[in-house]
Amino acid sequence: MRGKGRFRWTFETRQRLGGFLFTLPFVVGFVFFFLVPFGQSVIFSFNELVLTKTTYELRPKGFSNYGYALFVHPEFVQKLTEVMGDLLVEMPLVLAFSFFAATLLNQKFKGRALARVIFFLPVIYSAGIVQKLEMRDYATVMLANAREASSILGSEALRTLFETARLPSAMITYVNAIIDSLPAVIRASGVQILIFLAGLQSIPSEIYEAADVEGATSWEKFWMITFPMVSPLILTNLIYTIIDSFTVMDNPVIEIIQETMWRGSGYGASMAMAMIYFGAVAVVLIIAFALVSRRVFYRT
Amino acid sequence: MSAHRRVRIGSVVASVFRAVLLIGISYVILVPLMLRISSSITPVQELYDQSVKWIPRRPTLDHFKLAWTHMKYLTALKNTTLLTLTVSLLQVATCSMVGYGLARFRFPGNGLIFALTVLTLVVPPQLIVTPTYLNFRFFNFLGLMKDNPLNLVGTYWPFILMALTANGFRCGLYIFVMRQFFRGMPRELEEAAYIDGAGLFTTFTKVMLPGAVPGLIVVFLFSFVWQWNDYQFVTMLLPGKTFLPQALEGLQAQVGQYMADTDSLAVSSGFVDNHFYSLVNSAGMLLVVVPLLVLYAFTQRYFVESVERTGLIG
Repeated sequence: MRGKGRFRWTFETRQRLGGFLFTLPFVVGFVFFFLVPFGQSVIFSFNELVLTKTTYELRPKGFSNYGYALFVHPEFVQKLTEVMGDLLVEMPLVLAFSFFAATLLNQKFKGRALARVIFFLPVIYSAGIVQKLEMRDYATVMLANAREASSILGSEALRTLFETARLPSAMITYVNAIIDSLPAVIRASGVQILIFLAGLQSIPSEIYEAADVEGATSWEKFWMITFPMVSPLILTNLIYTIIDSFTVMDNPVIEIIQETMWRGSGYGASMAMAMIYFGAVAVVLIIAFALVSRRVFYRT
Repeated sequence: MSAHRRVRIGSVVASVFRAVLLIGISYVILVPLMLRISSSITPVQELYDQSVKWIPRRPTLDHFKLAWTHMKYLTALKNTTLLTLTVSLLQVATCSMVGYGLARFRFPGNGLIFALTVLTLVVPPQLIVTPTYLNFRFFNFLGLMKDNPLNLVGTYWPFILMALTANGFRCGLYIFVMRQFFRGMPRELEEAAYIDGAGLFTTFTKVMLPGAVPGLIVVFLFSFVWQWNDYQFVTMLLPGKTFLPQALEGLQAQVGQYMADTDSLAVSSGFVDNHFYSLVNSAGMLLVVVPLLVLYAFTQRYFVESVERTGLIG
C-alpha cells in the first residue's frame, strides 16, 4: 500500500480519464478543423460565394448548384460513373495482388530485404505533385515506347491470344482492362502490402506447427489458417484502397471539382459536386463494409 | 530416395518461379524511376533518335541545371524541409497519443471517436480546403478575437495547429496505425508501471513509446512523404512562398519565360517544345523525390524489417 494519503484511481476512473485525455486533442481539432469547415462546405453548396475586401458573402441558390452538377455540367456525371467503374475493376486486383505479394515477401529467400524495399518504393516516389506531373509527361511516354518498356507484360500478345481463342467479348474487355491496369495496380499496392505483411507475420507459428502434426496440406493450411487470420486486414485494406483511389490527384472527378472551383461563380457548384462525390464514396464504403465485415474472422 | 528427390525438385521449381515473379514485379515498379532518370539526362535532340535506348549517347546535366535554378531549389528545399519536419514530428507525437488513447482505454465514446478518425480520411480534401482557408484567413477561435479576426494565411500556424490536434492531412491513417500498434503490445508493462505509481502520461512516454519506435518511424515516414508532396494545402495556406511542389508545378512556366527571354530562336523554331519541357520536368521531379529516397534508404530497415512488430492486426 502506498501511504502518505496519495490518491489512487480505481481501474474504471483511470480508463475513462486516460481515454478522454489522450483523445482530447483529436476531438478539439475535429470540431474546429474538420466539422466547422465541413459544415461550411454544406452551406456553401447551397449558395454562391462572393469574396469581398474584408470577408465573404453568401447568396442563397437553393438546390441549383446540385442541379448544375447533375444535369448541366457536361462531364461530371459521366466521369463519376467512370471512376466508380474503374474502382470495381481495380479494387479486387489491388487486394488480390497485395495479398499475393505479401505472401511472397513473407517467405524466406535471398534478397528478401531488397525485394521489400523495392515493393514499397512506389509509396515514396509517386505521391502528390509528382504523380500529377507524370500525366502530362509526353517525352517519357515517348522514350518508354522507344524502349519497348510499355509492352513489358506482353499485353499485346495476350490480347491476340484471347481474341483468337474466341472468348466472349465482354470477358476480353475485362481481361484487357486488367492487363492495362496491372502496372497501376502494382504501384497502388504499397501500403496494402505492408499491412498484409504485418498481418501474416503476426500469425503465431504454433498454429502451423499444430496443423503440421495433424498432417494438413499447404492448401488446407492456407484456407484454414492464413486466410481467416488475415481476413480483418482485408477489410482494412479494402477501405484504404477505396479511400486512396477516390482521393488521388489524378482522379478525373477531383480534377473537375478543382476546375469548377475557381471558374466564375462556380465555387458553390464545385462544393455541390464534392458533396455528391463524398456521398457516392460513403455509399461505396458502406456497401463494401457490409459485404465484407460479416465474413471476417476475428481472433478473440 | 525418389520421394526426397521429388520434394527437392519441387522446391527448386517453386523458388525459380518466385524469383521470376519478384524480378518481373520489381521491373514494373522500377521502370518509371529508371525512365525518369534516363529522360532527365537525355538531350532533346536524341529524343527522336530510335537507336538511343536507356543511356543517351551524350548525357547532359542541362535539365538539372535549369530545374535547379528555376525552382530556386535550395530555398524551396530549406522551406519544405522545415515545414515537413515540424509537421511530421508533431503528427507523430499527437497521432501516437490519440492512437494510444483509442487502443488502451475503455471509455464512453471510444468507438465513436474511432469512427470519426476514419471519417476524416474518407472526405476528399477538396471538400474542406476552401473553408479551411477561410477559417485561417479570418481566424476567430471561439469568437475570442471579436471583430478582429487574425490572418494566419501565409504563416506555419495552420499546419502547426492541425498537426497539434491530430487533424492534419491523412492523420486518420496514422492514428489507425498507432492504435493497431499499441493494441498489439503486452499489457503487463503498463500494469507494472501503474502499480509503481507512475501517472498516465509518464506511463505513456516512458513505458509505451519506447516499445513503439518501429510504429513511430513508419508513421513518421508516411507523414513526411505525404506532407513533402502536399500541394493543395501548402498552395492555399502559404501562397507566394517557395516550396518544392509549387516550384515543380511552376517550373515549366519559369523555364519557358527564361527561354523566351534568352533564346527566342530556340522557342520560335520549335526546338523548345513540350518534349523539352518534360525532360526538364523529369529532372525537377527527381530533385523533389531524391531527398525522400535518401530518407527512405535510412529508415527502410525499420520500415521493412520490423513490420512484424507493428502488430497491425486486429
